[in-house]
Amino acid sequence: MSRVKTLQALFKRYRRPGDIVFAWLFLAFALFLLFHLTSQTQYKPGGKVFAQPRFWPAVSLIGMTVFAALHLLGSALSERIEGRWREVGFWLRSLEYAGWFIAYAAAVPYLGYLPSTVLAALLLAIRAGFGSPRVLGAAVLSAIAIVLLFKSFLQVKLPAGQVYEYLPDGLRQIMLTYF
Amino acid sequence: MENFLAGFELLARWDVGLALLIGSIGGVIIGAIPGVGPAVAIAILLPATFSLEPIVGLTMLLGIYGSSMYGGALPAVLINTPGTAVNALTSYDGYPMTKRGEALRAVSLAYFASFWGGLFGILCLILLSPVLAIIAPMFGSREIFLAAVLGILLVILAHRGQVMAAGMLAMFGIFLQTIGLDAVTYTKRFTFDMTWLSSGVNLIVVVLGLFALSQAFMLLISPNDSPHPQPVQGRPSKGLRELLRHKRVATAASGFGVLMGMIPGVGEFTAQFMSYTYAQRTSKQPDLFGKGSPEGLIASEAANNAVPAAAMVPLLALGIPGEALTAMMLSVFYVHNVIPGPQLFQNNIDLVYALYIALILLNVVVICFLMVSTNLLTKIIQVPTRLLGILILILSFVGVYSLRNSLTDCMMAAGFGVLGLILKRLNLPIVPIILGMVLGGIMEVKLRSAMARVKTPLDMIDRPLAFIIFLTILLVLALHVRTLIREHRAREQETDHDMHDTQLR
Repeated sequence: MSRVKTLQALFKRYRRPGDIVFAWLFLAFALFLLFHLTSQTQYKPGGKVFAQPRFWPAVSLIGMTVFAALHLLGSALSERIEGRWREVGFWLRSLEYAGWFIAYAAAVPYLGYLPSTVLAALLLAIRAGFGSPRVLGAAVLSAIAIVLLFKSFLQVKLPAGQVYEYLPDGLRQIMLTYF
Repeated sequence: MENFLAGFELLARWDVGLALLIGSIGGVIIGAIPGVGPAVAIAILLPATFSLEPIVGLTMLLGIYGSSMYGGALPAVLINTPGTAVNALTSYDGYPMTKRGEALRAVSLAYFASFWGGLFGILCLILLSPVLAIIAPMFGSREIFLAAVLGILLVILAHRGQVMAAGMLAMFGIFLQTIGLDAVTYTKRFTFDMTWLSSGVNLIVVVLGLFALSQAFMLLISPNDSPHPQPVQGRPSKGLRELLRHKRVATAASGFGVLMGMIPGVGEFTAQFMSYTYAQRTSKQPDLFGKGSPEGLIASEAANNAVPAAAMVPLLALGIPGEALTAMMLSVFYVHNVIPGPQLFQNNIDLVYALYIALILLNVVVICFLMVSTNLLTKIIQVPTRLLGILILILSFVGVYSLRNSLTDCMMAAGFGVLGLILKRLNLPIVPIILGMVLGGIMEVKLRSAMARVKTPLDMIDRPLAFIIFLTILLVLALHVRTLIREHRAREQETDHDMHDTQLR
């Protein structure tokens, strides 16, 4: 019993609810990758072991699996913390904003950088619960400032929006170059 | 001296000056906003700096890196929320001082202690340079490989109490950099026959996902908050005189910062704890620590500001980054085909000295800026957190998409954003993944090139420097085992706490 306690003492630290769920998922992921090691990497006959394309994936995946198993052991031996599934729920809520990010990225080549950024800022501000014109205005102004800084001033490489093609000649050129 | 002048010449341009100004003032502002941090800012700006000349881009990023901790002290002192994770200890003594009505004294001491630490770090770096210039060329492939192994080991072991988690995440980082086409044999590795994986997983995509997007998601999901610090009345320049009364503590703390900063994977957090403990042990009023001790505040701020300059040592001399921020800077060097390492000191010594001078200048710019802008910064802190989340999300897009205009990169970054959020919520470290990616790449390349001259495993350590690094690796492992045995015998259980150096970066 005392030995288990000591093991707990060695492993238990900084834990939060949901730790064991992550530990299981990570171990499963490591095992999945390790299982595919031979099919996803090659071994060149005659070459030195250290120079094999399989060498570093093998080292990292074996290390990942061993450490993940020990991490899981540490989690399993530690006292259970309430709120595991509530925590997993919190993680899953981040998927919504990951979706927003991808949708914003997908919209840029069609709508153009300036319109999609302003739209994303406005919609996200409404989604985040802001209703006052002051905050919504601040979100829009910040979005415009970001576009001006990165696209107009720093000339960061971003595609021009397809809708810009429908603009009158002079304006189109400006929008294609700076926004 | 002529190297110094050559460095000056490199910096004496309007665009470099502007980059330094934007970087250092921007860094202070970013550091002052809780929940953003220099890693997020550097990750977002990184692709934008690729189109700039190396000295311009590096100066801007260096400005953010070196100045963010100055800004981070402000909310730590005024609202008990560290602006960056490394200012955590500052709040221990800074906030009680604010509650006692000594906000100006605390803020002012924090600024000047940071300045002292910053300058001390750079001075050490300059004094060390001739030694580095001699030692660095002695590092061949074997030595750099072993140093990278030591770096990985230290990153894992430095996360005490989370060694297993840090280990699995560092290994995950090493694995990530192997995905795609192998550069030597041109064989596919873990692409699962998907074309988008053939080009591998980009470091910047991972960094932006893990640091920036995860923070955006976190802020957007969490309840909205808007801190309201009280304005600081009076002149912040008063702290200089009080700091000079505690110069022993400030210098010792800066010394810890330099030492810890040079060791990969250790960094500001350890330096802060060591210097804080030292200051408490040697203080005439040890009971005051944690209740508003000026010495505690000085120890914490001087130590963390000495680190950025010291962290440049392994980066510039060996091309080995010690933590996530220098790992990101390494990619700027690579993009411009300036390879940090032994050759840098031989071929681009002017660039090295230019970076040193930039570090000095940024400290001067920052302290001057802070003397007049403290109350402006207290207003910036009041940005609602969810609005901040929206801005980080929009800014992250520029960082990811401008790399190669790829929607797949955005999807990957979003995936890493979710992973980063989970890690932050679980109090697990993110830095091992980034260092695993960078050091894993270095280990693979250097081991391959070293193997040409190695016939038996013992040949790996037949040179003096390689042997010393190998002994250091053994020593680090032995010390860790000894600590584990001692803990086992003493049945010590450290109290659980929320704070960790990777948490807010």
